[in-house]
This record gives sequence, C-alpha cells and structure tokens, in this order.
Amino acid sequence: MLGFIIQRAIQAVAVMAVMSVIVFVGVYAIGNPVDIVIPPDATQAMRDEAIRRLGLDLPLWEQYGIFAWNLLHGDFGRSFVYNVPVLELIGGRLPATLELVLISILFAAVAGVSLGVYAGVKPDSWVSKAIMGLSILGFSVPSFWVGLILILTFAVSLGWLPAGGRGETVTVWGIEWSFLTLDGLSHIVLPAINLALFKLAMMIRLARAGTREVMLSDTVKFARAAGIPEGVILRRHVLKLISIPLITVFGLELGSTLAFAVVTETIFSWPGVGKLIIDSIGVLDRPVMVAYLVLIAFLFVMINFTVDLVFALIDPRIRSGRQSA
Amino acid sequence: MTDISAPQKATPPALVFWREFRRNKPATVALGLTVLLILVAVFAPLIAPQDPYDLGSLSLMDARRPPGFVGSGGYTHILGTDPQGRDLLSAILYGLRISIEIGIMAGAIALAIGATLGVVAAYVGGWVESLIMRIVDLQLSFPAILLALVLSALLGQGKAQLVTALVAAQYAYFARTAYGAATSERRKDYIEAALATPLHARRVVFRHLLPNCAPPLIVVATVQIASSISLEATLSFLGLGLPVTEPSLGMLISNGFPYMMSGRYWISVYPGVMLIILIMAINIVGDQIRDQLNPRLRR
Amino acid sequence: MTPETGKPVLEVENLQTEFATAKGALRAVDGVSFSLSPGEIIGLVGESGSGKSVTGFSLLGLIDAPGRIAGGSVKLNGTELVGMSPQELRKRRGKEIAMIFQDPIATLNPLLTIGQQMEMALAAHETLSRRAAAEKSAEALARVGIPSARERLKSYPHEFSGGMRQRAAIAIALLHRPAVVVADEPTTALDVSIQAQIIHEMKALARDYGVAMIWISHDLAVVSALASRILVMYAGRLVEQGPSAQVLRDPRHPYTRGLIDSLPSATVPGQMLTQIPGSMPSLGALPPGCAFAPRCSYASDACGAKPDMVQAGRRGWRCVHPLGTEHKERAAS
Repeated sequence: MLGFIIQRAIQAVAVMAVMSVIVFVGVYAIGNPVDIVIPPDATQAMRDEAIRRLGLDLPLWEQYGIFAWNLLHGDFGRSFVYNVPVLELIGGRLPATLELVLISILFAAVAGVSLGVYAGVKPDSWVSKAIMGLSILGFSVPSFWVGLILILTFAVSLGWLPAGGRGETVTVWGIEWSFLTLDGLSHIVLPAINLALFKLAMMIRLARAGTREVMLSDTVKFARAAGIPEGVILRRHVLKLISIPLITVFGLELGSTLAFAVVTETIFSWPGVGKLIIDSIGVLDRPVMVAYLVLIAFLFVMINFTVDLVFALIDPRIRSGRQSA
Repeated sequence: MTDISAPQKATPPALVFWREFRRNKPATVALGLTVLLILVAVFAPLIAPQDPYDLGSLSLMDARRPPGFVGSGGYTHILGTDPQGRDLLSAILYGLRISIEIGIMAGAIALAIGATLGVVAAYVGGWVESLIMRIVDLQLSFPAILLALVLSALLGQGKAQLVTALVAAQYAYFARTAYGAATSERRKDYIEAALATPLHARRVVFRHLLPNCAPPLIVVATVQIASSISLEATLSFLGLGLPVTEPSLGMLISNGFPYMMSGRYWISVYPGVMLIILIMAINIVGDQIRDQLNPRLRR
Repeated sequence: MTPETGKPVLEVENLQTEFATAKGALRAVDGVSFSLSPGEIIGLVGESGSGKSVTGFSLLGLIDAPGRIAGGSVKLNGTELVGMSPQELRKRRGKEIAMIFQDPIATLNPLLTIGQQMEMALAAHETLSRRAAAEKSAEALARVGIPSARERLKSYPHEFSGGMRQRAAIAIALLHRPAVVVADEPTTALDVSIQAQIIHEMKALARDYGVAMIWISHDLAVVSALASRILVMYAGRLVEQGPSAQVLRDPRHPYTRGLIDSLPSATVPGQMLTQIPGSMPSLGALPPGCAFAPRCSYASDACGAKPDMVQAGRRGWRCVHPLGTEHKERAAS
C-alpha cells in the first residue's frame, strides 16, 4: 500500500512538471505580452524597459526556470490588470467557485446514481425512458443554453429565483459562504442546477449501463438463487460493483466541472474564479491565466491521486497489490 | 469491435447496417433531420429570405421586432429580427451554415491528425508510442473546453484560429480510439507475421490497421462533430470564437442574451432551438451507430 | 443404490420456457417432465444450447425477461412454484431449493469478503446475531473442506484458489440445507484433479444432508460418476432418460449414442474421436419433427412427426428408431 502511494505521488509530481512546461509555453510563448502592459503610443525605450522588467529578454528556458522557481515558492506573479499578487486574487474568488462546484457535483452524483440505477433495474418502464430522455437532453444541450433557459424561466418569467450574483453570505473561518443563508441558497440553486446537468446526464448513463450489466451477471443470479431480497442485492452487490467506474468518472468530472464553472459563472454573474479567468482572457492578463491553469492542473493531479486511493480502499484486489485488468 | 469483418451471406455489410439502423425509429428520424439541416445549411443563400451579411439591406428601424413583424423589406419576419435589424430566420440559416462548417472542419482535421497519431503509435511502438500516448492521456484528463478557451483567446478571433483551437482540444479522443483499435488488431498473429517482412508494412497499415479503426472512429467522429459545434457555440457565446461579421448560432444567442431580461426572448431562443435540434440529431445518430457497432450490447 | 423412498421432493410436469424475440417466441425448454426423490442425484446432459441450464434456472423461477415460463408445473415438496408470487418464491430460494453456478469467479462478489457474502445469504432466511452468523458460516465452510474456516471468513474471493472459491459457493448454497440443489456445471471451470475432489465431496454432502441434486453438465463422464439417473436433453426437449448405468451401456436414442461415442474413453487410443456430424439447429429454425433427425444416420420419413416419449420401466426415449430395441428385433428375426 505504501509503495502504491509513493509510486502515485512520483507520477503526480512528474505530471505537474510537464503541465507547468506546457502551460508556460502555451501562455507565454504565443503572442507578445508586452503589448498589453505598455500604452500603444509608447516609445521604443519604454518598450525595452518593459521587456526587461518582465524578463522577456531572457532565453525561453531561463524564463521558465524563473517561472518554475517562483511557482515552487508560491509566487505566481502579479496580475497585469489588477496589479495585485495573483494568488491573492484567485484565493479571494476560489470559495465561491468551490461552493458552486461541490454543491452541483454532489447533486449530480446523488440524483444521477439513483435515477441511473432505477433506469438500469427497470429498463422498460416509461419512467426509465423519461430518465434516459432527460439524460440525452442533458448531454446534447450546451451548458450555456440551459443557463439561459433557466434564467428565462425561473428568473424572468416566473420570478421565483434571482438571475445572478451570490446573494447574502455568511463568514465562517474567514471565508464567505452563500449556502448558509436562505438568500444565498436561492442564488445558488439555478447556477448549481445548470452546472450539474451535464454531470447528472453522465452519471445517469454510467449508473444505468453499470446496473444493467451487473443485474445480468452471475453474481446477482447467484444472490437471487440464494434467496437474497432484491433490495439487499441492489444495496450491497449492485451499488458496490458499479461504484468503481462511477468513482473514476466522478473524480475526472470534478475537474471538468471546475472548468465548466467558467461558463456558468459568466451566465449567472457568479463572482468565482471562472468569471475571473474569462475576464482575464478577455484582456490577456497572462499571470492570472497561467496561475489558473496551473491551479486547475494541480487540482486534477490531486483528484486523480485521491481517486486512486479511494479505489484501493474499495477494491481489495488493488489493495493487496494485484493490479486489476 | 472487430466483428464487421466477418463475412455475411451475399448482402453487403453497409446494407445490413442500414436495415438494422432503420429499425430504430427515433434514430432514423434524427438521421433524416441531420441530412435536412446539412442541406439547408448548404443552400442557405438560396433559401434565406434575406442576406444577413448585406449591411445595406438592414435597417435599425427593424431591430428587435417580434416574430411575425412585417419589416421595411416588405416581407414578414417569421421569427422576428435581431438587434441589428436582421431577419432572424435568415440569420439562423446562415448561422447554421457556419456552425456546421466549423463542426465538420474541426472534426475532420482532428480525425485525420488523431487517427494518424494513434495508428503511428500503435504501429511504431517503443518510445514513440509512449511519448504520443502519454501526451494524449494527459490531455484527455484535462477538460477540452479549457484548452479551447485559452487557445482561442491566445490565437485571436477568426475561423482558422477557432478551428485550430477546436482541433487541439479534440484530436486526443481520436488518437486514443485509433490507438485502442489498432493495438488490439496489431497483436493478432497474422499482423505480426506480415510486419516481419518490411515489404508488407504499408499494406498492413492501409489494409488492416486503418480499416479496423474505422468503426470506432466513425462513432467518435459523430460525437466529436456534435461536441465541436457545441464547443464553438460556447466559445462564441463567451465572445471568443468568430468575428462578429460571421455570426454562428452561438453568437446569435449571445447577441440576444442582454435582451432576454426585457422579454425579447426570441433573439436568443430561436437560434438556441436550432442549435439543440442539430446537436441532438447528431448525437442520436451517433448513439445508434455506436450501439450497432458494439458487440457487447448485441443479444 | 438410490434412496428413492417416499414422495418425490421435486415434480416437474411438461415445463415450458420461452424467450420473446423479434421473430416470435423461442421455446428453450419444451415439455420437460421428471421427478426427483429425496437425496437422489440425477444428471441433466446435453450440448450447450440444449436448454439444460435454462431448465435449471426455470426450476428456481430465475428466468429474466424477455424469457418466461410459458406453462407446465414445478412442484417442490408438493407446493406449486409456477405462478407463485415473486416474494413467496424468494422465500423458498436458498432455503428449499438452491443453485450452484459454473464459474465461481463470476458468482462471488469480488468486493465483499466471503464472510459478508455468507452473512447475506443467512440473513435472507433467518435473523441471527453477528456472532451466530459467523459461527454458522465458519461451520459451513469447514463442511466443504476449507481449512481454518474461521479466519478465511475475512478473506476476499481473489485470495482463494479456484477450487476453494467453488467450495465457498457450494457452502453458501447449502447454508440452509435445501431439499434440492441445481448444480449448473459446477466443476467445468476447474482443474481436473480438483474436479474429482469436488465431485467426491458433493456426493458425500448430498448423502449426509439428504439433499437431492440435479447435476447439469455437457460431460457424460462426470455425470456417470455421480448420478443415479441420467436425463439427456436436445434442443429443449428430453430425448432419453433412465438409470445411468443402463443409459450408458445401452442407449436408446441415437443422440445419446453419439454423446457416448464422442467420449475419449470410448475411443481406442490412436483412433480419431468420433463426432456427431453437424451442429444443433438454432431454436428459431427447428425441423418440424424430431430435432435430431438432420444429424441422425437412422433418420427416415417417420422422423418428420414429433416423436413422443416412449416409457418402458424406468427408461424412456423420444425416438421412432430406438437403438437397443431395433437391435434385439433384428437379432430375434
């Protein structure tokens, strides 16, 4: 088990190193960042001064060296636009995003697995067909469009829920949270549903496919032959057997939910990291873009690492060192 | 995934495939719809009541009018007009044209690049294989939308830039699929034997490896075309995709968004409906093809 | 040799199981009838696709849609199982009638310990404390020959060898000492040496517990070592039945003859194994009369009508040209 953890940790570090190179090259090597920090009518002298100040006169590998060194010391540079340390900027916005992402992914997982297992157990009932219709819809309809329709329906036409913003927040441990107040909760409902819909559709599909396969398996037949009630079979055999692919996807989707938060936050004016990155992309605020991407990559690596650990906890075959096929 | 090579009686496999496809009614309807939308997109200039790019024919007097309004052009705007006074139906037809064009272009290029990389990795093996597949896997674990977002921001607006961003975001899916299919075929003894003689190498790649990758690649291609259309719309909605002069469906939706709050829903809603119909139709067709090609689901 | 005393524990009458397909209902089990005495072991033999496994599942009411039991009767200790409510049926499965499957890797849940799986099977029919359940499970494991059973309860299936896994599955099936066990090729996936052990132990268990057993197999040799009676199945119908020794020595149906001839032991060393020509027709394309006729060297026009089961003493066959009898007639004339 310890060897397994060490092996995965080394892999994670390697992936982070590669990611930092890709991000650096991707963001710094394309286009010219000088143009946005100097006024359009700047003299050549001002221009050269800016280039030196940003370290752009150094060879690319040296630039990367400095970048990586600073990164390791938690220094992501200063935002070109806001002129504050990037980490501070992102740190201030992160809770709003995490709150939104966690609530929607929890909702997607709980609702998705329940609906999916139901549809897998009774594939021919009309409820299951309705569930599957919903999931095709959730897959096909672009996320931003769902956001628009949610706003149009619940905010504009019905006036039940607010269309944007975070609403009233409560400060706990020095961080502001929306979901602890009624007003904040009403603000989070629509964006959370919006963000959850795609994952919900995916969870439904996976849970249904897994359930159908497991229900036809000899394990379930044998359990039935032993007279074990259907409810127990579902809870103890089926849920456990479908959990491995579900956890993989759940972990991967956690990351992509963070990414899709960009869209949802823009539509619902949710003041999170996603909104920040879209604004930064608009003005090519490179340090913010780089920090965001490195942060996302880091989260990805951490999530994958955690997923592997959870696997080991669930599947005794991995725990005892035998890799499953 | 390899069962289509099994010889079936005299009927050509394509016909067998089509007969099975036709048994699924919704999928057949979706296929018809997809073909219809593509035709509409191709012939948009002939069908649309107005040329939305011809700025001379636009009048701001006609802007944001509801469906059914008779404008200064003398004809009824069935779906109303947009903020620039364009006939919305025409704008949608042209937008559909752009969306489909981008989707197919990005899908085709990503397919070509991805399939090549996948087959090369499987065929060459060694460090080339590990290098290609490591990069592909790394990228697959990273959300495509972020990559497309950042790339299109860095590359700037324009059709070529947008397609580049979409291809970069999507080629990895094709590479993974082609690699999977090609390796499973490559391990078979006759390929190993044929590869032992250098003369046959090219033949093996073109006669065996590539055809064997085709069915799963077709499935991925349909899904990816739908997803590049959706991705393009999302980018355009965020103001990152195409220049304003060539509004795709996503940009039409984006243009209408500010007016939604004031009840002028149609500017966003109708292009959106068209977008959803298009994506859903393609996805349903893709689903059916996948089910038909997946031997595990056959009973 | 067979303790055929008192009332039969299982009576199957004209059992019919169908599967709905796009081309109409396919009859996988067509009019199977037999009975089983307490403690008796019978063998149900046939090629794959003959309907022997479906028959086994039908007895427990474990036919999944699109399949269904279309008719007939299955009486367990005098109680009719066909048409019984799912809840009632569930209460009898595992308690009065149990089943063992072919592949223990597939039947046991890899993510639960053997102990947990046995506890579930116990809890299905009785309420026990944890301690009592563990006690009972360990005892059952010990009975099927698993050493240090107490500790092994905490093991996962992958920590067992193939034979041990199947023993654990057998222990689960026998937990409640059912009157009837359907064993669906339980030794096919195992090594030959372990096969022999398990068959030996099953025989002992059946005797000790008084369990009647239906041993389903494609392998006549395995069945003949175990069963007192043999039922031969072909394309959904029973084609021959009778005491094992008699059926093996002197088969009536040409299909049974073919099965016996294709056994390696029936062949002189160095000689090619005999095969039955052709393959079993698919259920959707059965010939109108005897389903075996197209592969049968004795077939005549008379085989165009469905043959009935001919009963003679404890033997029965469904053939218009029964082998042994024709032989005697020829010898007599």
